[in-house]
Order: sequence, then C-alpha cells, then structure tokens
Amino acid sequence: MSDPRATTTGNRGLQIEEPLIFEQGSPDKTAVDLPEPPSTKDRLGGVRRSGPIGLPGLSEPEVVRHYLRLSQKNFSIDHGFYPLGSCTMKHNPRLNEKLARLPGIGDLHPLQPTATVQGALALIDACAHWLKALTGMPAVAMSPAAGAHGESVGLMTIRAALEDRGDARKRVLVPDSAHGTNPATAHACGYAVEGIPADDRGRVDLAAFREKLDADVAAIMLTNPNTCGLFENDILDIAAAVHDAGAFFYCDGANLNAIVGRVRPGDLGVDCMHINLHKTFSTPHGGGGPGSGPVVLSEALAPYAPVPYVVQGPDGFELIEDPARSDAKPFGRIKGFHGQFGMFVRALGYMMSMGSDGLRQVSGDAVLNANYLLACLRDTVTLAFEGPCMHEVLFDEGFLKETGVTTLDFAKALIDEGFHPMTVYFPLVVHGAMLVEPTETETKATLDTFVETMKALTARARAGDVEYFQEAPRLTPRRRLDETMAARNPILRWRPPAVDKAAE
Amino acid sequence: MRYLPLTDDDRRRMLDTIGVHSVEELFRDVPDAAMLAEPVALPRHQGEIEVERAFRDFAAANLSPSSAPSFLGGGVYRHHLPATVDHLIQRGEFLTAYTPYQPEVSQGTLQSLFEFQTQVALLTGMEVANASMYDGATACAEAVKMAARIKKRDRVVISGGLHPHYREVTATYNRFVGLRDAALPPDWRGGEDAAAAIDAKTACVVVQNPDFFGRVHDYSGLASACHAAGALLVVVVTEVISLGLLKSPGEIGADIVAGDGQSIGNALSFGGPTVGILATREKFIRQLPGRLAGQTVDVDGRRGFVLTLSTREQHIRRDKATSNICTNSGLCALAFSIHLTLLGEAGFTRLAELNHAKAVELADRLETIEGVEVLNDSFFNEFTVRLPRSAADAVEAMAKQGVLGGVPVSRLYPGESELEPLLLVAATETNTDQDIDALAMALRGALQ
Repeated sequence: MSDPRATTTGNRGLQIEEPLIFEQGSPDKTAVDLPEPPSTKDRLGGVRRSGPIGLPGLSEPEVVRHYLRLSQKNFSIDHGFYPLGSCTMKHNPRLNEKLARLPGIGDLHPLQPTATVQGALALIDACAHWLKALTGMPAVAMSPAAGAHGESVGLMTIRAALEDRGDARKRVLVPDSAHGTNPATAHACGYAVEGIPADDRGRVDLAAFREKLDADVAAIMLTNPNTCGLFENDILDIAAAVHDAGAFFYCDGANLNAIVGRVRPGDLGVDCMHINLHKTFSTPHGGGGPGSGPVVLSEALAPYAPVPYVVQGPDGFELIEDPARSDAKPFGRIKGFHGQFGMFVRALGYMMSMGSDGLRQVSGDAVLNANYLLACLRDTVTLAFEGPCMHEVLFDEGFLKETGVTTLDFAKALIDEGFHPMTVYFPLVVHGAMLVEPTETETKATLDTFVETMKALTARARAGDVEYFQEAPRLTPRRRLDETMAARNPILRWRPPAVDKAAE
Repeated sequence: MRYLPLTDDDRRRMLDTIGVHSVEELFRDVPDAAMLAEPVALPRHQGEIEVERAFRDFAAANLSPSSAPSFLGGGVYRHHLPATVDHLIQRGEFLTAYTPYQPEVSQGTLQSLFEFQTQVALLTGMEVANASMYDGATACAEAVKMAARIKKRDRVVISGGLHPHYREVTATYNRFVGLRDAALPPDWRGGEDAAAAIDAKTACVVVQNPDFFGRVHDYSGLASACHAAGALLVVVVTEVISLGLLKSPGEIGADIVAGDGQSIGNALSFGGPTVGILATREKFIRQLPGRLAGQTVDVDGRRGFVLTLSTREQHIRRDKATSNICTNSGLCALAFSIHLTLLGEAGFTRLAELNHAKAVELADRLETIEGVEVLNDSFFNEFTVRLPRSAADAVEAMAKQGVLGGVPVSRLYPGESELEPLLLVAATETNTDQDIDALAMALRGALQ
C-alpha cells in the first residue's frame, strides 16, 4: 500500500517544498524599481564586465514567499524550548530590534566627524560602563566581533603585555572541557596548547594543573562556570597560582549568564574575559551571527587593548583610532571600524531593561531552572557530575547503555516532540554528553513538559524500541541528512544544469 | 520584569523539588568572598517607555546621514534597503535560531546560506565561497593566513591601495602568527608596482578593487606575475555593488577574494555588524576558514543541506583548525542574500550603473570648484579629491553646515602630511541632485 501521507507536490500542509532561487524566475525580472541612470561618460577605466553575472530575477511576491517558506523550515527560540547547552538560547526582546533601527542610531556612518556622533559614542561608553560594572573590571575592549574574536583579543593583549616586559612565553593551558575555540585561539596567537584533564568532580584537575604551570606558561584559558555547568570552586587558588607563576588568567565568559549580577569575575582574580553579548545579554543569534565579544581587562592588561576606544575629553567623547594618539600601548587593530555597534545597542537596551536587580534575577532563575531539571531528571538520565549545577546541567549516555540508542538518536527523537535538542557530544570529557541549558526565560510548565518527554523517551528506549530512535526525526521538513556524502563530495554552490550539446 | 516568566510561587515549588531553601544555596560552590550581597551599583530595571526614551536621547545627539546630504564611503556605503529585507530578516525563525547544528530543523538557514555562497561565488567570479566572516577586514586577514598555509610561505605583499583598517587588521593577525608584511606606501597617486615587491618567500599579494582611493584596476598582469612567482593574488572588495559593472576578481585571475558585503542588504550601523565575504578556487577549500553549507540528501532521498567539511573547524580540530571563527555574520548574510535576490541580475546591474553615474556627476561638479582637483583617472562610486586645505578641517566645517561631505584620508592615514589635503567622496543611488548642490555649496564655503 502506498504511503497515505504522500502528496503529489511533496508538500505537507504548511510545510511547502521550496526550490533554490536559482531554479526560479527569469533574468529580466526584478523586485526593485530603480530610476534610469542619467547618461554620463564612463570613467571605469576600461575594466567593465563583459558577460552576465548569472543572478536569478524574481518579483517581490516571489521573494517574500521564498524566504517565508524557508523560515518555516527552521526551529527558533520563538518556537519553543531550545536548551542548547553553552549557547544560551534565551528570549530575544524585540524592543532591542526597534532601538537598533531608530533613525540616528541604525543609520550612522562610522567615519562621520566625531562631533556628529556624540550620541553613538556616549552609547558605546554607556554599554562599556555596564559591562565593566557587572564584571568588576576596570577596562573593556569593545571591538571584537564575536566570542572567539574576543578570545583572540584577550590572548593578543596578554602576549603584548608579556613581550613588553621582555617575558616571551610559549604555552597556554586549556582544560580538556574547553570550547574548541580556546585551543584554536591560542594556536592562532602563536602559542602551543597544553591540555589539562578534568577531575572526577568535573573541575580542573588541580594536581595536573600545578604540574604544568611553570615560567613558560603565558596564560590559562578557563571557562567559569565551566562547560560541565559547574562552578570551579578552586578558582581563587587557580588564579593565585597563575599569578604567582607570572602568567595571566583568561576567563572564557561564555557562561557569564550564570553569575551575572551576583559574582563579578574581577573578584575571582580574572585578568581578562570576553563577553558574548549574544548569550548573556540577549542579542539574537541570527542563525549564526552577528555576535559581539567585548573583552574586559585588568589594570595590568588595559594599556595593551586594541584601537579603537572611546574616551571622554574636554569637548565631549573622543574616539582613539590612531595608536600614535593613544597614551597607552595598543597592540593593534582587530576589526574594521568600531566594533559591532548594532549589538551594543541591543545589549545596552537589554541591560537597561533588566537593571541591576533584574540581571541578578536572571542568573538566579537560570540556575534555578537548570537545577530543577537536574532534580527532576537525575533518577532517569545519568547525571555526569553531582550538583548543584549552575546555568546548565550535563548528562551522559550511561542511561542508554545496552538500549542500542545513542545520544544522537535520542536527540533526534526530541526533535519530533517539538524540542530543539540539547548540545550533544560536548564537552568531550564525558561519553555521549547531553548538555542542557534551559535559560531563565522558560516557564515551569515548559520545563515540566520537557521532563515528562525525557522520561517517556527513556522508557521507550529501555523498552527496546531502538528503531523508533534510529528513524527519528520523522516529522521534520527533512529527515536525517547524509553528512558523509556532503563531506566526501562537497557541493557548496548551485551550478546551472549542464546543457545537452547533442540536443542543441 | 517582562522577560522573566517564573512567579515567586513557581520558584518556591521548584526549590522544594530541588530540596533547598533558597537560590543562594545553589551558588554554594562560589567562594563566599566573591558573592555579592547586593545588586551591582547600576540603575534598576525600566520599562519600554523609559528605555526607548533614553535611546531617542542618544539618537538626538547624532547627525544622521539619512537626514543630511552625505557622501561618506571609505569601506561602508549608504544604499537604499528595500523594506522587504528588514521585514524578512526579523522573522523569528531566522532571527532567533542558532548556528544550524541540527540540519533537520535548520533547512531554512542552511538553504539560504547555500544560496548566499552561490551568489558570492557568482559575483566574485570564484568557484566557492564560505557562509560569511565577521567583516571585510577580518576576511582579508584570514585570506592572507589561508594563502600562507597553501603556499607554505611567510611573506605577504600588501598594496598601498588596500583600506587602512584592512591593512592594520591583517598586520595585527600576521604579527601573532609570524607572517611578515611587506606593506607598500599609501598609493594615492596610483601607479604602484606591486609585482616588483614579490620575492621567492611571498605567499600572496593583497590588492583592492576599486582601491581605497577609488581607482579601478585590471589586475590581470599582476595575477600573472603572482602565479609566475608561485604566489597567490588576493583581491579585496569593499564596495560589492561595483561587481555589477566591473570585471570580477575571478575573471582578472584572483585566487582568493575577501570583502565586505555591507552595501547589499545591511544598514550602516556605525560600521558594524557587517558581513565579511571570502571566496576562492575549489582546489583551496580545505584551507578555507569558516562555515560551509553543502548539498546532500536525507534518508528519503530528498535534497537537503548541512554544514560540511567541519574537519577544518575549531569544534572538531581544536588547535589544528584553519581559524578560531565560530559565530560569523549569519543574519547579515541573509540580509545580503535577500537584497540581492530582490535586485536580481537586472536590478543589480542597474544599481551599479546608477552609482557610477551619480559619482561621475559628482566628480564633474566638484571639478568646477576652484582649487578642487579630482585625482582619479578612473573610479566606480568613490574618488579622491585634493583640496587647497586640510580635508579634515573642511569636513568639520561642512558638518557645521549640515553636510557630511566625505572622509578625510588623514582619518585613516594619520600623520602623513601629504595626505592631509585628500578627501574621499562617495555617491550612491541615495544621493539626489540637491545633495550634490548642497555639497558643492558647503565645500565652496569651507574653502573660503
């Protein structure tokens, strides 16, 4: 019998198949009405394009429909629970989108005379003030474009400070539980990377750490709370040891949302830390950016921060773009213009909306939600490390042992239940990791439904229904995709179908 | 607090389930000395009305290019954004999704990235493009590192026509990985011979088209010289609209194209966020940094898209990765893709023609002002004029008249006295004849 759900079009109700833009329209069509260019002489210097580019032409209704249909094939925070550990998928307030588009904010050019952008510079300064106050750090480099970019700035600042004191060092210590960006960053800043194992409590193995710490170590890159969702309770000792060894303490601030308003990294001995504005401060993830990764710095590192930066002068705000005009020793420039201004607007809008009291509630509720999941699920799913956890809780695949169901299969089954899966197979320090970060913007009812679903799926796995999991997801616009084929035979762009010469 | 859904009753019940009395108990791993007893000394929460008012106050202290005749360029350009672009990118399904790690529920983002990659490849005349970088300057720096890996050489020739921020960012990145820059002096007169700077250690030559001063080049001779010496040619594009009229970098012989796509789909936003583009030849894809969307099929045999070749990337290769980039410019890439789809071949070509024609009209007008000399023999929508006084002073004076009259070259090349009289002016489809009149009048005034 044929599949009763099969349709002639391949569409399924609201899920409509959508071809590529290159498979639609015709070259002469356009969705914009531009005036006829005035007739002028050609001053292109003889470098004019001769052939067509090959872009498709569509009308406005076709374009709107194309992207609307594509959008409906995405899961998003606006849809539902998105507990992607370490990524902090919290609600993105729409007020901030409005603010970023206000005339006089969204439409400023970065190279206007600074006298004409005093409001923009004041806004950057205000955002910087909030970030410094919340972290207890005296300085901040605002220009990094994302978290990993902020990591680069942090390590470059550290290297510049070390070189300035004639103390070239070669190694950076990175716990095995770290984000992949940490070792990649250390390498890109010219350092050799050395791993530190986790202990059986999911924290840095202090003995291994002390053994590796010597006068050749430039920095430790430590995420705190760490990627197991735990607070490094030896952090003050770690910081002291790092400083005694003449090294710097780089904190990966990806998880600042767990402690914001309650604990200031500056009080933990941190020398520098990037802040993912798209995590803690709710700027939208946008399907993979744009992010923003300001880096807060200690007194010792502040002089080496990159240009540009905003200072308050006698005649208003000034933008220091030229290292020669700087009183300090900036190590260089790491981004065009002045950083992700549009993200500063959104983050500041969020911080002002929440206030110091609200931000304290943010970390409280984020940690409460994660511990609630821990408590509700600990008898069902294998807890990787004993709690309390911070803003996220780490499980491993122990509970699926001998069921034949893998972490990946389990994650795919959650998709059919209307949840975005948690982060899977990260961190690398446990087997089949499931890192669940609920965030503070979820209701208790959502968490309860998630708990019931996790329990029901676990029961199903233990009952031996392996095929159900291996076939999941079934209800999505596409089912499991062949990633091996994609990598073996990369098709990274559309190409026009080959013309059959014989038929011409 | 409008973004927090838990009630006090919820919190109490949840604490009971956990088996603690207070949220503070959950923070017991934090050293006592580091726990703040009180909120940080910052203002308390505010409603939308108050927050919006504060931002309107920030806005009121700026002179917006939308409300004044503006001829600013220098790597960021004001273009008209169709209303459809901003509407579509604000759909929650695009705006509030993360990197498409679960492809079954991310086909919207993945297909749009695949389309973006194709559009960038077509515009640049290259075979493949990645799913975006942070911005043009960092894309340029990554292109140079990529060339050094491909050629296993450590010297980089940087043209004096490359945008100064791109030069500085590339120099900064290079210094930390031990690459040596051979940076040629600012090429404001034109006529630089970058080929003469190539040696046996040179991994690549980096040029820009149109260059920072606005000149248009046919770099095919330089491409041949690079290839003869075993080096790559990196072509930077800061004004992507120019690709509607000019020979593509691929046609000229570029091996890697780095640029900024801000002009298509993205607001000025004080220079960020924008969208970095990076394109190359197929044989170099294993050295290409950043995300790549690729086509495949699902278990039912239907076409679909995934992130692919991730063995290049930090989350798999850690310290052996091609770059540490993770988040890129997803939503800006989407805006680029939507705007370019709206334009299509016909609209995009016309937009480029319109930009060029406006700039030609502007140049013709400025040449009639006594003491003003247009230095470019060729340009697309931006060119350099020499004034009989400091360009920075002239710009300040024009701003007081409510005209944003261009970018003084000294803003980006400070401390070089011969560059002080140089003013970079750009015209786009947004400039009216009245704007050009206003600039001419303001400039005359500033020169008196």
